[in-house]
Amino acid sequence: MTDTLTGTEPTAPPAGLGPLGWARWVWRQLTSMRTALFLLFLLALAAVPGSLLPQRGTDPVAVADYLRRHPTLGPILDRLSGFDVFAAPWFAAIYVLLLVSLVGCVLPRTRQHLRASRARPPAAPRNLTRLPVSRSFTAHRPAEEVLEAAYDDLRSHRFRVERGDGYVAAEKGFLRETGNLVFHLAVVAILIGVGVGSSWGFKGTRILVEGDGFSDTLTQYDGFTAGRFTNADDLPPFSLTLKRFDATYQTAGDQRGAARSFAATVQVIDHPGAQPRTATIRVNSPLHVAGTKIFLVGHGYAPRFTVRDGRGDVVWSGPIVTLPQDPVNLASTGVLKVSGARPTQLGFVVDFFPTAATASDGRLVSAFPAAVSPAVNLGGWTGDLGLDVPQSVYRLDTSRMTLVGRSSLRVGSSWTLPDGAGTITFDGVDQWVNLQVSHDPGKGLALVAAIAAIVGLLLSLLVRRRRVWVRASSGTDGRTVVAVAGLSRTENGGVERDVDELARLLGAPPDPPEG
Amino acid sequence: MSVAIDEGLARVSLELVYGSIGMYTLAMGAYAVAAAQAVRAPAPAEQEDVAEVAHRPALVATPVAVAGDEPLIVGQVARGGEARAISAPTEGASWRKAAGIGTSLSVLADALLLAAIITRGLAAGRPPWGNMYEFSLVGCFVIGTAFLGFALTDRRRQLLGIFVIPLVLLALGLGVTVLYVDAEALLPALHSSWLVIHVTAAIVSSGAFCFAGVISAVYLVQERAERVAPGGRLARLLPPSRALDTLSYRVIAFTFPLWTFAIIAGAIWAENAWGRYWGWDPKETWAFITWVIYAAYLHARATAGWRGRGAAFISLAGFAAMTFNLFGVNLFITGLHSYAGV
Repeated sequence: MTDTLTGTEPTAPPAGLGPLGWARWVWRQLTSMRTALFLLFLLALAAVPGSLLPQRGTDPVAVADYLRRHPTLGPILDRLSGFDVFAAPWFAAIYVLLLVSLVGCVLPRTRQHLRASRARPPAAPRNLTRLPVSRSFTAHRPAEEVLEAAYDDLRSHRFRVERGDGYVAAEKGFLRETGNLVFHLAVVAILIGVGVGSSWGFKGTRILVEGDGFSDTLTQYDGFTAGRFTNADDLPPFSLTLKRFDATYQTAGDQRGAARSFAATVQVIDHPGAQPRTATIRVNSPLHVAGTKIFLVGHGYAPRFTVRDGRGDVVWSGPIVTLPQDPVNLASTGVLKVSGARPTQLGFVVDFFPTAATASDGRLVSAFPAAVSPAVNLGGWTGDLGLDVPQSVYRLDTSRMTLVGRSSLRVGSSWTLPDGAGTITFDGVDQWVNLQVSHDPGKGLALVAAIAAIVGLLLSLLVRRRRVWVRASSGTDGRTVVAVAGLSRTENGGVERDVDELARLLGAPPDPPEG
Repeated sequence: MSVAIDEGLARVSLELVYGSIGMYTLAMGAYAVAAAQAVRAPAPAEQEDVAEVAHRPALVATPVAVAGDEPLIVGQVARGGEARAISAPTEGASWRKAAGIGTSLSVLADALLLAAIITRGLAAGRPPWGNMYEFSLVGCFVIGTAFLGFALTDRRRQLLGIFVIPLVLLALGLGVTVLYVDAEALLPALHSSWLVIHVTAAIVSSGAFCFAGVISAVYLVQERAERVAPGGRLARLLPPSRALDTLSYRVIAFTFPLWTFAIIAGAIWAENAWGRYWGWDPKETWAFITWVIYAAYLHARATAGWRGRGAAFISLAGFAAMTFNLFGVNLFITGLHSYAGV
């Protein structure tokens, strides 16, 4: 295959040519095939640490964990962008160089190809039998008729054909180079699409407990990432309420407990004043709202509690979000902070078990992910919650609190804290979902470019570029001497078949003498 | 909601896999016998010489001693070889008999594997590529079919089975031991028509890249044999290195667009399931690495000096990256694709 993108081969740097000469030399080095190959290998190699080290983009918790476990190596890796490989300057340097090399190669070749596709097939060599694939024979028709037949046949096989003096020249397979160029340009277009998406798109996540709603403004998201040019103050103004979440799980076999279906039923108001509509979000079927897509990316349990403080007042009533710790059976933990409780603030560490069972050591565990027989373990704390500084809703700061006791509750039962601090009742269980709202204005371009890339790739690998010539001249004995030859310009040439078929059509004996 | 699983049929499927493993093992034995015979046979001869050789019974009988641990096959080989040698002395060296038996057994093994895949799919009531076990079954079927496709069109390529079949046996062995899970319905993340599209393209291209990798490895062996001992036994045993080089190029050139398609289909699916089409999940990262290496292979072939050995090494690097992506990423790294099961 001599016609993949190949630049000029690098040569030794010119001596004493001044800055322009050097620039030209550097350019030639950069656009050479050897450099492109080297950069490709480098790109593959550079991506490896991105899969072996935890990455901030996909798992920030794992990165923090890694840094804690590797106090010396961690910060060094961090300074080398080891946890942001795909946003690292050195990674960008490789692909930008590769892109420059690619464009520097594609543009001159596009010009060349345009010129070549207007050119006529080259004249037939004088002695066709010297070509790698050739047949010669005698025919019983005049030379002119043979050439005419060859011309028509090649034409009908969609060759580009040229009549010359005593010969026919034909060429085919320009689509190969076209496909090659389309493929490489499409790769550039995909990268542009990715760039547009990351510059003008946004991605927000929000946890909703059944019954909760939210509207699409920046402050209502739990997490939000946006591109450099995204206007985060001007998000599409829809609002959404989670009505219900349903999950089903495998109940038997070696995959018992594996999830089988998730469905979140929501009520959407597409824009202020619009009629509410009901929709279902499943794992592979996101909801389309106002140019965004809403995905179901997580789920869990939110046990409901009622808390009365020492005075007997209801100071909390509602669900708290617990985060799954056991990915299979969904044992989860959460924290309930009651800052309004008197005489002392109350805090509870909640361990939730959707299907509670007692392990051999007496501890509660979850035996199944569905809420078949839910139970909670509570750790009750009194004192100062320390809410004067911002803190995570999933962690209890116990530095100024005292553990007053532990208890296990089933739905409907209550626990009275010692010393008249209050009571807590486990009312029931809701579920929560984590929704991700995404807007990516570059994905259409990326998709079109990806399709173009595949089409180009197929053309560049499957189309065979080849030339066929026919010479015919009248011999001394009144018969016509015919020579048919072909030249394959690509590895998977197969020009033998073209030559054989054409030779047979022009009157060659059926069995080729040279085999 | 959940689909009923036919456990009896699932057991039949597993039995068929064991049957396929058995057949491949026997095929391997037959190829080993053929290789031993081919190595011991005198230098490749013109037709007259071959006829003369075939008339000497002692030479035809040697295979019995060569592989006494496979009595069944050896018996057939010896009988078949003798019968053929008498009736058609111009057919060629007797190793072709053993190789032919190996190929027939491979066809049988491949057919059993196909039956196992179909029954598994029927048992689970869904396309049978929802977990690593099923993935390895289908991947092995692709490798086996690719090999047979080449072996049946050119008989000189049959002995490549010595290199291809161990790989298939290894993957099937891993499948029934480490990777095995019962036939069940799919996880919600896999409820998508993209499962069929993306995973089919991924399995077929993985199998084909595997095959190309084996051919490249054999190329390196053969290329060295041709250099060190031209016309030697090893060099005669296998197709010429140039043919192997072209063969692996063709397989890769065919597979690369399919792999590209698998990645793009995966990206479309990811966009639908996870809200982004590319997120550098470990599986995506390694798919990208594999893609870049094979892109480098195609570019290298276009540059003088990288044909042959250089290209073969790149093909092997691509094979390594792809294998790591198939097994390593699922077993050692947690990512979004870990739902695929061990």
